[in-house]
Amino acid sequence: MRALRFLLRKEFLQIFRDHTIVAMLFVLPLAQLLILANAATFEVKSSRMYVVDHDHTPMSRGVVDRLSASRRFILTGASQSLALADEAMLGREVDAILVIPDGFERDIMRQHSAPVQLVLNAEDGAAAAVTQAYASRILTDYSAELGAQVSPTLASVGATAEPPPVSGSGVIDVRQRGWFNVDLEYTDFMVPGILVVLVTLVGTLLTAMNIVREKESGTLDQLNVTPVTRSTFIAAKLIPLWSLALLDLALGLILAWVVFHVPMRGNLLIVFFAAAVYLVAALGIGLWISSIAETQQQAMFVTFSIMLIYILMSGIFTPVSGMPEWAQWIAEVSPITHFVRLMREVLLKGAGLADVAGEIGILAVTGVVVLTLAVRQYHKRSA
Amino acid sequence: MTHRSPALTAFMTKEVRHILRDRQTLTILLLLPLAMVVLFGFALRNDVNDIRIVFVDPAPDYATTALRDRFLGNGRFEWVATAPAAADVEQFFRRGNADVAVVFEQGFAGRLAAGTPARILVVSDASDPNTGSRMQAYAIAVIASYQAELGAAGRGVRIVPETRMRFNPTLESVNLFVPGLIALVLTLVTALMTAISLSREKERGTLEILLVSPLRPWQIIVGKVLPYLLLAFANVITALLAAWIIFRVPFRGSITLLLLASMLYAMVGLALGVFIAARTSSQRAAMLGALTGTMLPSTLLSGMIFPIASLPGWLQPVTFAIPARWFIIIARGIMLKGVGLAYLWQPIVVLAVMLVFLMLLAIRSFKPRLA
Amino acid sequence: MTLAIDVHELTRRFGNFTAVDSITFHVEEGEVFGFLGANGAGKTTAIKMLIGLLAPTSGRASVAGYDVLTQAEEVRRHIGYMSQRFSLYDDLTVRENITLYGGIYGLTDTQIRERGDALIRDLRLGKTADERVSALPLGWKQKLAFSVAILHQPAVVFLDEPTGGVDPITRRQFWEMIYAAAARGTTVFVTTHYLDEAEYCDRVSIMVDGRIAAMGTPEELKREHRVATLDELFVRLARPDATAGTAADHSSASGYE
Repeated sequence: MRALRFLLRKEFLQIFRDHTIVAMLFVLPLAQLLILANAATFEVKSSRMYVVDHDHTPMSRGVVDRLSASRRFILTGASQSLALADEAMLGREVDAILVIPDGFERDIMRQHSAPVQLVLNAEDGAAAAVTQAYASRILTDYSAELGAQVSPTLASVGATAEPPPVSGSGVIDVRQRGWFNVDLEYTDFMVPGILVVLVTLVGTLLTAMNIVREKESGTLDQLNVTPVTRSTFIAAKLIPLWSLALLDLALGLILAWVVFHVPMRGNLLIVFFAAAVYLVAALGIGLWISSIAETQQQAMFVTFSIMLIYILMSGIFTPVSGMPEWAQWIAEVSPITHFVRLMREVLLKGAGLADVAGEIGILAVTGVVVLTLAVRQYHKRSA
Repeated sequence: MTHRSPALTAFMTKEVRHILRDRQTLTILLLLPLAMVVLFGFALRNDVNDIRIVFVDPAPDYATTALRDRFLGNGRFEWVATAPAAADVEQFFRRGNADVAVVFEQGFAGRLAAGTPARILVVSDASDPNTGSRMQAYAIAVIASYQAELGAAGRGVRIVPETRMRFNPTLESVNLFVPGLIALVLTLVTALMTAISLSREKERGTLEILLVSPLRPWQIIVGKVLPYLLLAFANVITALLAAWIIFRVPFRGSITLLLLASMLYAMVGLALGVFIAARTSSQRAAMLGALTGTMLPSTLLSGMIFPIASLPGWLQPVTFAIPARWFIIIARGIMLKGVGLAYLWQPIVVLAVMLVFLMLLAIRSFKPRLA
Repeated sequence: MTLAIDVHELTRRFGNFTAVDSITFHVEEGEVFGFLGANGAGKTTAIKMLIGLLAPTSGRASVAGYDVLTQAEEVRRHIGYMSQRFSLYDDLTVRENITLYGGIYGLTDTQIRERGDALIRDLRLGKTADERVSALPLGWKQKLAFSVAILHQPAVVFLDEPTGGVDPITRRQFWEMIYAAAARGTTVFVTTHYLDEAEYCDRVSIMVDGRIAAMGTPEELKREHRVATLDELFVRLARPDATAGTAADHSSASGYE
C-alpha cells in the first residue's frame, strides 16, 4: 500500500506537469460540450416549401395557407412549372414541393375528395417522415373544416340518394403530452449523453496510452524489476485519471445545470456512485488495451475503433430500438449504454436507487471483469 | 525542373515500404474501415420502430376498437397492454415498459357520431425528445388517416395527400449514413495516420535527418502523404463496394466524380494531419488533438446523423468549417440525387479552398524547423 | 557461504534463434563481476532473465539466494537494476525520482529523506535537485540512475552498460561509485563494452554467440590466453575469423574497397 502512495504521487505529478494533457482533460471536453450539446437534434423546425398550384381557387389557396400558417412549412417559391420546382429541390433550395392539381376545388365539391401531391426531400429520411406526418395532420384538419362548409351545400343540392351521415364529420381532438420532458428540450436529453461520451473519450485515450508510453520509453522495465505488485501497478495507473474524469464529469454537470438548465430530479449521489463504478469499467478497457499494445499508435487505433462503436451504437444519438437485434446486443455490452441510460433516468425522471440497481450491477460486473483482464494481461516478466 | 526528382522517388519508396512492412497496421487500415461501414450500415437506424404502445380505453366501442386496430396494423407499433384507467399508465412509463400511451375518453364513438369533438390524449415518453416527437408524429398520422377515412365515409371532405419521398423512397437509413461513414473513415486514415506518423518521426529525430537532406519541405510532405492517399483510395473503393453489394445503396450519379471528390476530401484530411503534427510536440498530444478534435465534430456537426437544418441558427455557420459537412453534401448528391458538377460545384470549391488554406498553414508551420 | 548469483545451464531461445545457450557461472557475494560480450552476444537477454523480466526457456538461476523462476518477487526485493536506456522519469525532478523509488522499495520517510540528501550531496546535485531530470547532462543522469538503483541497499545490483556514451572522467567517477557500493557489501554485476573497465572487475566472463567463452580474473585470463590486454583476448574470442590470418584479413578488406 505504501508503494501505491508513491506511485500515485508520481502519476499525478506527471499528469499535471504536461500542460497539453491538462488542457485536453478539462478544456476540450467542456468546450465541446457547450457547442455539441446544441447539435444533437432531429427537431424538424420547418421545411422550405415550393408550391405549384394549378388550381388557383380559394380552396387550393386555403391548403397553402394552412400549411404555411402552421410554421412547419415556409413558402419559399411558387410557379406553374414542375421543372423549376424540381431544380430548386436538386439545388437544395427547398425541402418540399406541394403540387395542387387543376380541378382540386371542383373535385372537393363534387366528389368530396381530391388529391394533392407532396414531394419531400428524403435525403434525410427521418426528417421527411416527420414532415409527412405533420402535413397529413394539417390537411386532415383542413378537410374537416372544409367538410363543415361543404356539407350544408351538399345537403341542399341533394343530388345523392343517401341520407345524411350519422357519424357527422368526425372531429377528433388530439391532445399531446410528452412525459418526463414536457417541453421536449433535446438538450436535457443530449447533454448527459454527450458529457459522458466526452469524458470517456478523453479518459480512455489517456489511460490507453499510459502504460504503452512507459513501454516505449523503457521506464516500465525499471518498474517491473521492483517489488511493486501487478494490482498495485494497475491501481496506480487507474486512480489518477479515474479521479480526474470524475472531476471532469462533476464540472460538466455544473455546466449542464447552469448553462443548459438540465433538470436534476434524482439524487446526485446515485449519479456519482454509478459514475465511480462506470469509470472503472471504461478506463479499465483503456488499461487493458494499453497492456496489450506495443506502440502508442496501436493503442490509439484499437481505442479509436472501440470508441466509435461506443458512440454510434450506444443509443445516445440514434434510438437503440431502431437497430437490429444483434446490434442491440452489442449496445447492451457497452458500459456507456448503461451509464448514459442511468444518468438520463436519474436526472430526467428522478429514478431512485432501486430503479437503477440493475444498471449499476451491470456496470460493476463489467468493471470487475475488465480490471481482472487488465491485471492478468499485464505481466512483469515476458514469456 | 521538368524531370522527376530521384530523391523524392527514393523517399516515397521508403514511405511505401514502411507502410507495407507493418502488416498488422496495414491490415487494420484496410479492414477496419470496411468493417465499420458494414457494422454501422447494418446497425445504425435513425428511424423509430417497435414503439411499445399502451391503450387506455375505459369503455371500448366500435370507434376505439377501429382506431386500436389501425395502430396495430400500422407496423410501427407494438401492443403492450390495454388499461382501464389513465392512472395505470404511469407505472408503465416509470418502469420503461411503454413508449406511447393513447388514452380514449369515455363515449368516444358517441361523441364522434354527435359531431362533438371526441378527445384522444397521446402521451409519449419524451425523455429522448428526438424519439419522443417522432413517436408522437407517427401516432398522430395514424389518427389523422382514420379521421380522414371517417370523413370520407361520412360524406365529409377528404384531401388525399400523395406523398413522394424523393431520392430515398424507402427511407433507408443506410443510404444516408454511408456517405457520413466514408467521411469518418477517410478522416481516420488521412488526418490521424499522417499526424501520428509525422509526429513519430519528430520524436525519434528521423525527421531532422530528412530535413537536412536535399529534399525540400514540400517534397517531404508529399512523400509522407501520397502513400496514405493511395490507402484512402483503397478504403473508398472497398467502402463503396460494400455499400453497393451489401446494402444496395443507389449510385445515381457519376462514380468518377464521387471518387475525385473523395480524393479531394482525403487530401484535406492529410493536410490537416500534417498541420496537427507540425504544431504538436508529442505523439500523445498529436493523437489526442486529432482524435478528440475531429471525431465528435465530424459526427455531430456534419449532417451525418443530425440534419444541419435542425441545428440552432448560431451553430449552423460553425458547420461550414467542418470538411465532412461538404463531403456529405457531395456524396449524397451524387449517390442519391444523381446530380453532377452543375449542382455540386459549390461544396467542391469549398473543399478545394480548405485544402489550399490548410496546405499553406502546414508548410508555414514546418518552415521554422528548417532554420 | 552463499552465492550472490548462481546460474546453471540457463538457456533462452527466440524461435529458432538461441540467444543464451546453456550458460553456467556463479558470482560470489561482494564481487564486482564483469559480463563482457560483443553487441548481440546475449548479455542483455541473460541479464533480463536474472532480474525477472524474461522467462528462461530452460535451466535455472538464483539471485541473492532466491530462485528467479519461482521466487521472482523475493528476487526483486533484493536487487537493483540500471538499464542501458536511461529509465528514470524525465518529467520528474531528481528528488521526485528518488522519493518514488525509495517509496516503492519500502523505505521509511526518514530513510528516503536522509539517503536522498546524502545522494544529492555526493553527486553534487544540490542546485539541480528540484529540476526535471531531462535537463541533466548524460553523465549526471547515469550517476543518478546508479545511485537510485542502490538506494535501497540491494544485495545485488545489475548494471547494463552503465557507462555508454559517457566521457572518460565521468566513467572514472562512476567506477569509484561502483567500488564504494561493493565495499558496502553490494554485489555488482556489470556488462560493458569498454575493455579497460573490465580490468577494474574482480572477475570477468566473455560471452560469444550466447555462450561463455572465457571466465576468470583479468590476470588469469591474460596469462591463460597469453595476451597483453583483455582487449586483444576479446577481439580474438569475439571475431575468430578476423584474427585467423593476416592474408585473409587483407583480402576481405580489399574486397570491400
